Amino acid sequence: MCVLLISGKSKEAEIKRINKELANIRSKFKGDKALDGYSKKKYVCKLLFIFLLGHDIDFGHMEAVNLLSSNRYTEKQIGYLFISVLVNSNSELIRLINNAIKNDLASRNPTFMGLALHCIANVGSREMAEAFAGEIPKILVAGDTMDSVKQSAALCLLRLYRTSPDLVPMGDWTSRVVHLLNDQHLGVVTAATSLITTLAQKNPEEFKTSVSLAVSRLSRIVTSASTDLQDYTYYFVPAPWLSVKLLRLLQCYPPPEDPAVRGRLTECLETILNKAQEPPKSKKVQHSNAKNAVLFEAISLIIHHDSEPNLLVRACNQLGQFLQHRETNLRYLALESMCTLASSEFSHEAVKTHIETVINALKTERDVSVRQRAVDLLYAMCDRSNAQQIVAEMLNYLETADYSIREEIVLKVAILAEKYAVDYTWYVDTILNLIRIAGDYVSEEVWYRVIQIVINRDDVQGYAAKTVFEALQAPACHENLVKVGGYILGEFGNLIAGDPRSSPLIQFNLLHSKFHLCSVPTRALLLSTYIKFVNLFPEIKTTIQDVLRSDSQLKNADVELQQRAVEYLRLSTIASTDILATVLEEMPPFPERESSILAKLKKKKGPGTVTDLEEIKKERSSDMNGSAEPTSVNASAVSTPSPSADLLGLGAAPLTNSAPPPSSSGSLLVDVFSDSASAVAPLAPGSDDNFASPDLASSEVVSEEPADTVHDADELFHKFVCKNNGVLFENQLLQIGLKSEFRQNLGRMFIFYGNKTSTQFLNFTPTVICSDDLQSSLNLQTKPVDPTVDGGAQVQQVVNIECVSDFMEAPILNIQFRYGGTFQNLSVKLPITLNKFFQPTEMSSQDFFQRWKQLSNPKQEVQNIFKAKHPMDAEITKAKIIGFGSALLEEVDPNPANFVGAGIIHTKTTQIGCLLRLEPNLQAQMYRLTLRTSKEAVSQRLCELLSEQF
Amino acid sequence: MRQQTWKIHFILLFSRQGKLRLQKWYTTLPDKEKKKIIREIVQIILSRNQKTSSFVDWKDLKLVYKRYASLYFCCAIEDQDNELLTLEVVHRYVELLDRYFGNVCELDIIFNFEKAYFILDEFIIGGEVQETSKRSAVKAIEDSDMLQETVEEYMNKPAF
Repeated sequence: MCVLLISGKSKEAEIKRINKELANIRSKFKGDKALDGYSKKKYVCKLLFIFLLGHDIDFGHMEAVNLLSSNRYTEKQIGYLFISVLVNSNSELIRLINNAIKNDLASRNPTFMGLALHCIANVGSREMAEAFAGEIPKILVAGDTMDSVKQSAALCLLRLYRTSPDLVPMGDWTSRVVHLLNDQHLGVVTAATSLITTLAQKNPEEFKTSVSLAVSRLSRIVTSASTDLQDYTYYFVPAPWLSVKLLRLLQCYPPPEDPAVRGRLTECLETILNKAQEPPKSKKVQHSNAKNAVLFEAISLIIHHDSEPNLLVRACNQLGQFLQHRETNLRYLALESMCTLASSEFSHEAVKTHIETVINALKTERDVSVRQRAVDLLYAMCDRSNAQQIVAEMLNYLETADYSIREEIVLKVAILAEKYAVDYTWYVDTILNLIRIAGDYVSEEVWYRVIQIVINRDDVQGYAAKTVFEALQAPACHENLVKVGGYILGEFGNLIAGDPRSSPLIQFNLLHSKFHLCSVPTRALLLSTYIKFVNLFPEIKTTIQDVLRSDSQLKNADVELQQRAVEYLRLSTIASTDILATVLEEMPPFPERESSILAKLKKKKGPGTVTDLEEIKKERSSDMNGSAEPTSVNASAVSTPSPSADLLGLGAAPLTNSAPPPSSSGSLLVDVFSDSASAVAPLAPGSDDNFASPDLASSEVVSEEPADTVHDADELFHKFVCKNNGVLFENQLLQIGLKSEFRQNLGRMFIFYGNKTSTQFLNFTPTVICSDDLQSSLNLQTKPVDPTVDGGAQVQQVVNIECVSDFMEAPILNIQFRYGGTFQNLSVKLPITLNKFFQPTEMSSQDFFQRWKQLSNPKQEVQNIFKAKHPMDAEITKAKIIGFGSALLEEVDPNPANFVGAGIIHTKTTQIGCLLRLEPNLQAQMYRLTLRTSKEAVSQRLCELLSEQF
Repeated sequence: MRQQTWKIHFILLFSRQGKLRLQKWYTTLPDKEKKKIIREIVQIILSRNQKTSSFVDWKDLKLVYKRYASLYFCCAIEDQDNELLTLEVVHRYVELLDRYFGNVCELDIIFNFEKAYFILDEFIIGGEVQETSKRSAVKAIEDSDMLQETVEEYMNKPAF
C-alpha cells in the first residue's frame, strides 16, 4: 500500500485508500476481541504513517497510551512516538501518559528512562513540567545515573525550563550541574553546556563559576591534537559542537575578571584564529564547515566582549578573506558577521576598508539573501565619510533590486540620507530620487519625513520647491511625488513664484494636470494645496475658485472631496485676506519626536537586530567624534511625528496658532499626517463622529473632536470596543489619545498624552495596572515615559500586548503628575477588550448553522435582550459588528433583518470559535443578541461588550 | 547579550517533489499552523536554485537547508545561531541514517519512518544536540533493535 500511496496515482485514489484503511483500523480498535500488543502496535504505527502523509487522525490515542505501559520495548517505543507526534491536550489522557512516564522514570532501566525523557522533551507541555520538573534535576545529578540518561535529562530539563521557567525549582542541584562541565564524558558535557547556558542567562550570578570551567574545557579542546578526542572529533575538527556551545556560554558573561582566566581565553581565541589560517586537513566541506563554525562563534564572542582591539581587527581581516571566498555560504556569513564588527569602535575603520568588495557583492552576487546581507553591511558601515558613496550605490542598486527587499532599502536610504546630510539639498535630491526609482515602496513615513524636514529647515525650502517643481514636469510621475510636490508647493510655492517659468498659474496648472490621475487621499491633499494657493497667490484666486466650483468637485461622489471643495470655496469667498492668512499660515515647525522611519525599519527587521546596532552606533559615534556631528544630532532630533500620532497631533499643533483652528486646517493636518482611512472614514460612526455635517457654518468653527463634550469614562471605553483609534480621555489639562493595532493574539497600543496647558507637567507617571486575575491572562509591556511633559507637548507611550487566555476585565491606566503646585491623579480603563483578538471567519450558511448546532450546550450560549440606545440603522450596525472584529455573514440568516457574524478569538493558549446573531425589533426598539462559543466565559464577555454598542 | 542558546525550532525532510517525509517540531504549534509553515517553506526552498547559499531568512528565523540526493533537509534556527554548524547537524544526521540503514535512500525513510525518528531523538532533544558521537548514537538504536522487527514486515502484511 505504501508504494501505491507514494507513487500517488491520484489524490482521490489515495484518500479513498486511506479512508478504507482508517475504517479498518477503527473497527479493529472497536472490535469485541481484545487486541494483543503486537496488533495494537501495528495499527498505531499505521495511524502514524497515515498522519505523516498529511491526513488528520482523530482516534487511536487511547491505544497508544496503552502501549506505553507494555513491558516490550518495541511496543513502548511506538506508543511514545505516537504521543510525541500527535500530542493531544486531552486532560484525561495526559494523566495516563504522565503515569506511564512516572513508572518508566522510576524503572531504573536506562532505555526506558531514555524513552520517557525523550517524550517529556518532545511534548514539553506545562502539564508535563508540573509533573516532572522536580524529579528530573534529581536524576540529572544522581551519582548512579548512566551517562546517556544524564544527557537526556539535561536537555529534557532545558526544554521544560524554556516553556515553564517558573516550574523548575532552583536549588542544590544547580552547583552540581555546573560541575558537569568537568565530566569525563564529552556527550554529558555537550548536553550540560546547553542547559547551563540557558540557566546562566536568567541567573548569571548563580552560574558565574561556569566561566572559568568553560574556559579551561575550551582550552583543552582547541589545543588537543585532531585525534585526541576520538569519536568526538568531526572531520579532523575536535568537538566542534561542544566548542561552539562553550563559546556561546561565555557570551552570557563579560570578559573574565581573573587575569589568568582572561589570558587563557585570549589564547584560545588566538589559537582558533590561527587555525583558520592553517591549510585544511581535509578537502571535505564538512571539515571546513565545522572549523569555520567554531571560528564564527569565536568571532561572535570577540565582538561580544568588544575589548581586545587586536582580536577585533584580526577577526575583521579573517572575514575580509571570506568576502571573496568561492563558497557562497562563507560570503554570506562574512557579510553578516561584519555587520556587528562595524558597530565596534575598534574595528569600524577596518570594516570600512572593505567597502569596494561589498559594493561589488551588491552588484554581482546571484543570491538575493547574500545581496541583502551586503545592503545590511553597507548600512552598518556607513558614516559621515562614506555616506554619499553608499547612498548613491544603494540608489543604484534599487533600480534592479529584488522586490522583496526594496522597501527595506528605501527605508535605509532615507535614514542614512537624513542622518548624514551635511547639505540638505542632497537630502532632498536623494529622497526625490527614491520616489522616482521606487515610488511604490516609499512608505508614508518616508514622505512625511521629507516634508517635515523641509518645514523645519528654512535654508532648504526654496530649493525643495524648485526641485519638486522640476520633478513634477515629468509626464509620468509617481503619486507619492505628487503628494510631496503638492504639499511643498502649497507651503513654499511663493519662494519660486518670482521666476516667470514657475509663476503661480504655472504651478497650479502643473499640479492640477496630475489631479485626475490621483487617488482620493491625494486629491484631497491637492485641494488643500489649492486653498493655500488662494492665500499665497491672490492673483489666481478666481481660477482656483472656478476649479473648486466645477461639478466634478462640488458634486463629487466622495464625501471627503466634496466637503473640502465646498468648504474651501466658501472659505475663499467669505473670509477676509487677514483671516485667510491666519487660517492658512505656514505650518509651524514640528516638535521633536523619534524618527518613525527608524521605528518602521526596526519593526521590519524584528526587534533586537537594528535597535542594538543603531544604539551602539550612536553611543560609539559620540565617543569617537565628540561633538563633531552637530548636524546629524540636529537631524535626528527634528523628527517626524509617527503617523499614528496624528489624531492627537491635531490637538497639540493648533496651540501654537493664535486663531482658533477651523476644521479645514484641521483636516489638512489630518490628511498629511494620519493614515487618511481613519481620519476620513471613522469605522464606527458614533454620536460625535458625524462631523461631515452639511451645515457649513457650524462645521467651519467646530473643531474635529469637540473638546467641550465631557464623556463619561465608561461611555468612552465602550466606544473603543468597535474601533481602535481616538481620544480616550480629555479634561482641561490633559488629553489622552489612543491608536492601536491587533493581530491574532498580539497587539500594540500607542498612548499619546497631550499637555493642553502652557505649563510643564512634572513627575508625569502613567502606569498600566492589571488585577491579579488579569495578569495571568493578559501580558502587557510598557516603557516608562519622560517624567516632564512640556506645555503644549505630547508624549507617546507604547504598550505591547499579548493575550494569553481569555479575560473579562480591562486594565486600568493610572496617571499621576504635578501641575503647577497641585498633584493630579486620574484613572481610566484602557480599552483592551477580548474582542480585539478576533479574527473574522467567512463561512457559508450551511457551515454556520452546522457549527451553531454543535455549540448547543446551554453553557456555550449567552443571550441578552436590551433596548436600543442609538437609532437602529442597519448600516451602522453592520459597521459595528465588523469593527467588533467578527466577519459579517451575508445571506446566512433566513430573516434579512438579522445580522450574523463569525470569528475566532486568538489567545496564546487556545483559539476559540465564536458565532453571533443579532436580531433587531424595530417596533419595540429592542435587540436580542445571542453569542455561542465553546467557552462560557467568552460567550459571556463578548455578549456584554457587544450589547453596549447598539 | 544574545537571548537564546543554540536551538533548532523544527526539522523538515521533503522530497524534490515537495512531499514531506519527516517533520520534527521543537516548539509547540497548532497543527494548522504547522501545515501552513510546511507548505510555505517547501515552496521557498524548492524555488531556490543551486548556486545560492544554504541560508534563507524566514520571518524571525533562519532556514538552513541542504539537499542529499532526492531529499531536502531543512532546519529552522534562531537568527543569531550558528548556521554552518547546523549544516553539519544535518550532515551528521544523514551519516547516522546511513550507518543504520547502510546507504540510506528516500524509501528507507518512508518505510522505516519510526526508525528515522528514533535516530533523530538519540541525536537531538528539544532542539539541542545531545550526542555528537556517531558510535554512541547508533549503538543506542541498534541495542533497541535487537528485539524489534521492522515496520516493513508488518506493513507488507495483507491487511492494508
